[in-house]
Amino acid sequence: MTNKPPSSGGFFPRNFKIHPPAYAPDYKSSIARSPKLALVSIGNGISEITGPVFGHEDLGPTDNDLILNYSAKDKSPIGERIIVYGRLMDERGKGIEGALIEIWQANSAGRYRHTKDKYIGPLDPNFGGCGRTITGEDGNYEFRTIKPGPYPWPNGINDWRPSHIHFSLFGPGFSQRLITQMYFEGDPLIKICPIVNTIPDKEAIDLLIARLDMANTIPMDTLAYEFNLVLRGRRSTLFENRPEGN
Amino acid sequence: MTLSPKIYQELPSQTAGPYVHIGCTPQTAGLETIYGGSHLGSKMINEKTLGTRISINGKIFDGTGTPIKDGIIELWQADAQGLFNSPAENRGEPDRNFQGWGRQPTDILTGEFHFDTIKPGRIPYLSTSKLQAPFISIWVAARGINLGLHTRMYFPEEVEANSEDPVLNRLEHQNRINTLLAKPITDGMYQFDIVLQGENETVFFDI
Repeated sequence: MTNKPPSSGGFFPRNFKIHPPAYAPDYKSSIARSPKLALVSIGNGISEITGPVFGHEDLGPTDNDLILNYSAKDKSPIGERIIVYGRLMDERGKGIEGALIEIWQANSAGRYRHTKDKYIGPLDPNFGGCGRTITGEDGNYEFRTIKPGPYPWPNGINDWRPSHIHFSLFGPGFSQRLITQMYFEGDPLIKICPIVNTIPDKEAIDLLIARLDMANTIPMDTLAYEFNLVLRGRRSTLFENRPEGN
Repeated sequence: MTLSPKIYQELPSQTAGPYVHIGCTPQTAGLETIYGGSHLGSKMINEKTLGTRISINGKIFDGTGTPIKDGIIELWQADAQGLFNSPAENRGEPDRNFQGWGRQPTDILTGEFHFDTIKPGRIPYLSTSKLQAPFISIWVAARGINLGLHTRMYFPEEVEANSEDPVLNRLEHQNRINTLLAKPITDGMYQFDIVLQGENETVFFDI
């Protein structure tokens, strides 16, 4: 092998002002799980600008359809039928093609299909609650699912999660790896949620709220929500990452 | 490629929550049959993968010393020659029998994670020709972790390479290097525990 530099630029530094701090005590789980010492900034080399590649052959044909991917034949899950769609792009607005997006969510009663979820809201025999897809040309993606219900959770005495869908995102670089949550326009629980409010920048919270899109709604069938996904952008290849003194 | 401005903002992170397994390792959550019965990243090597087989066991501890039982851990690493299976790799032809990525849950009863992989080759530091000591990039997500945490696992037997490693050498607190070193158990078996907070807090990176 040779040691030529990689052909792609490093990623823009992360803007920590829009991310939740590790220690956000109103979200109690973060208290004992937050590193106290500073992150060590090391920048991007070949191990950071590369990341795993996934192919369409890794996925099944109904993986992005949560109405079909767990239901019995000719059965459907209970709840509000929705399409969630949008575009995965980087901070320069460039679409990211061929990226893996994974989602998971509660059912319409606010119950997760997980051995550890004991909420009184019932399981739906026709709903698993996970989906995945690979972005198309220009970063486009879509899922069909049912709208998840809100649910109470042990934090304060009476804390409720707004309806939300968890998103796990891959870009071409491992340093772009991100997990976040999508909320629904108009949900009154958003502004009082301790997890939402770990994000210090109120304008940044808006980036996580999907917009009802009547234009893409299927009449008499399924509502549509648009949710665009942005991962870190990258610099050009010139003048890359020369450590001091080199 | 030309320079162009940053016009959008990366989405803010949100915790993976207590049910991350449903989306990332659904069999752990009890969804036995979905996605063909196994999760992506569950198997890193096959019979044809080149390189020395290793296995890694460990736990992720919170600030009270309690193992986390609802997390996921991902590895990203070079192949045995030090090449990445990625379109951005232009230094040579990587091993096509090695994707380089793995993902496992922390066990919901014990908190233990386990990977079978190969020992990676050395890779250059940033855009220099200086080689780094062999290491595996690690990413951790769980309930209570608000932004996924990046760290690295280095190999204890690489005494000379570790002592010359540019990343390890730039750590302000040299007494924290031991948090990045795996412990040898037997031949090819390593233990690598991650401590989120407190005494022996693992070094986490902003990359």
